[in-house]
Amino acid sequence: MLKPDLLIVGAGPAGMSAAVVAARAGLSVMVVDEQPTPGGQIWRGIEANAGTARGRALGAPYLSGLATVRAFRESGAVYWPSTRVWQIEPTLRTYVTGPDGTLMIQPSAILIATGAQERPAPFRGWTLPGVMTVGAAQILLKAPGTVPAAPVWIAGCGPLALLYAHQLVRLGGAVAGFLDTRMPAPLAGAARLAAGAVLRSGRELAKGAYWYADLHRRAGRYVRGVVDLQALGTDRVEGVRYRTADGRVEEVETSLLLIHEGVVPELHTARSLGCQTRWHAGQAAYVPVLNEWGESSVPGILVAGDAAGIGGAEAAIQRGRLAALRILSRLGRLPAGQEGAEAACRKALARALAPRAFLDRIFMPRENVFLPDDDTIVCRCEELRVRDLRGALSCSVGANQLKAFTRAGMGPCQGRQCAYTVASLIANVEARPMGDVEPFRVRPPLKPVRLCDVASLAEEAAPP
Amino acid sequence: MFRLLEQGRSGEDAVTIDLDGQPVRARAGETVASVLMREAEAWCRATPVSQARRAPYCMMGVCFDCLMLVEGEGLLRACQTYVRDGMKIRRQIGARHVVPSC
Ligand SMILES: Cc1cc2nc3c(=O)[nH]c(=O)nc-3n(C[C@H](O)[C@@H](O)[C@H](O)COP(=O)(O)OP(=O)(O)OC[C@H]3O[C@@H](n4cnc5c(N)ncnc54)[C@H](O)[C@@H]3O)c2cc1C
Ligand code: FES
Repeated sequence: MLKPDLLIVGAGPAGMSAAVVAARAGLSVMVVDEQPTPGGQIWRGIEANAGTARGRALGAPYLSGLATVRAFRESGAVYWPSTRVWQIEPTLRTYVTGPDGTLMIQPSAILIATGAQERPAPFRGWTLPGVMTVGAAQILLKAPGTVPAAPVWIAGCGPLALLYAHQLVRLGGAVAGFLDTRMPAPLAGAARLAAGAVLRSGRELAKGAYWYADLHRRAGRYVRGVVDLQALGTDRVEGVRYRTADGRVEEVETSLLLIHEGVVPELHTARSLGCQTRWHAGQAAYVPVLNEWGESSVPGILVAGDAAGIGGAEAAIQRGRLAALRILSRLGRLPAGQEGAEAACRKALARALAPRAFLDRIFMPRENVFLPDDDTIVCRCEELRVRDLRGALSCSVGANQLKAFTRAGMGPCQGRQCAYTVASLIANVEARPMGDVEPFRVRPPLKPVRLCDVASLAEEAAPP
Repeated sequence: MFRLLEQGRSGEDAVTIDLDGQPVRARAGETVASVLMREAEAWCRATPVSQARRAPYCMMGVCFDCLMLVEGEGLLRACQTYVRDGMKIRRQIGARHVVPSC
């Protein structure tokens, strides 16, 4: 069995940055990532795209990833691409499956750097072919370089939707219309936050404002304050229906609708280990409970990057480095001369997080983002609608009982698409705050694994 | 639904996969789901519960709506499966049947 000092799950900005610090200081580091190349979400496909027109169109923050990837490749950390972690035990024993089969790893510390996923935001018709997330479309843009064949409709809110629209147009795609679901109210209250944020990170915000202006100019239509979004069609999307801020119901024809309602931390890994989590109202998301180093409530398990709470790529880099420094000092391997490293990371982290409260506020998802109407599918896997859950909801059950009664959350996605909605429905019916509702427990395997892969472990464990 | 930005130079980085018996050209290194999104019939499965059609939704492995049959093996995420020349891909209709594959 492999026994590295440090196992890192995820080769995005956080995981790679941690690996560089730890490996340079002499730790044996293993980095496992499901993707075939390093970069995580933001820098997906960076090695192939750098130096191409597509790379340039994706923008400077994208291209900046190449330096981190190179440093990571040269760091001495052992990198296992195309390999997924499907179980971590509280003893830190970890099971992974990749091109070389299934392996057990027993590291001294684990850094969970699994990033974020887009916030699941159910609405009528969201399971139809032709409805996909903005992040999905952006993944197709980064590799292999595909864009919607016709001018596309985008609905929702969040920086990623603006960024994608901008990148798409730069690459010769077109936006037919943007349906902004953002609640108009919080903007006013955000003025104070804005002032502080502009002072500390004016450039970042100017970029965002520029994306916005660009979108206004280039999108065929820009509709503000959209509610009651609905994808229409039977076997595939044929159109979109929505209500405008002034109450008019409009319909447009389209065979593709991209939806985005912000991102939330990947929590499955941490929660499967029993790491404590809490509701973060400002980000409308559950986040792991961590100390200032990223240490979770389970000894030896640290979390960094967007999996620790949404902070963006620069914050992910700094949190990754801090976690690595902590692991080094816990193992008594912090090299001399690293005293200044922590302070530098903390300073850069504070700078990276300066605009966050403002961004969280202006992109706060609509209030009912997790509270769809009775006819909407909540659990995509088991095809359960809100009304199918009503019966179980009325008799005061927790999420886990509801799962047993209705099968919501029991399908292959294991609640990744419905856990928030189910928790929110329970909170709503029982008039409790979200923070009081415990979401589904997470059980291994975290990712699908074949029986024969599990069986092959027995062979490895057996004496030769 | 989607189109490639740059057409590949002839053959060089191209592979051909078998999608429900039809040959489909693909780029080396792309995922099955990404190929599918350029097809006229851009759906990947019919659900076990109501036979409703589904298509890839998240492309990053967290929705499990892109499950397909790959080389006889069921319930594989097409967005996490990379194409190989001659790979046999089938839309998954209804529940999976157990196929001994290893
Ligand atoms: C679809 C999507 C697109 C985004 N695009 C952008 C963008 O263009 N610009 C931007 O500024 N921000 C973007 N973000 C926000 C993103 O979260 C960044 O802030 C940044 O990528 C976070 O870095 P990270 O290191 O925390 O995680 P990530 O970059 O997300 O890296 C996490 C890595 O962990 C791997 N992983 C997860 N679970 C497992 C497992 N069980 N086994 C093995 N590997 C695993 C994943 O494959 C991934 O490569 C995007 C987010 C999403 C969800
Ligand atoms: S498209 Fe969501 S898991 Fe593949």
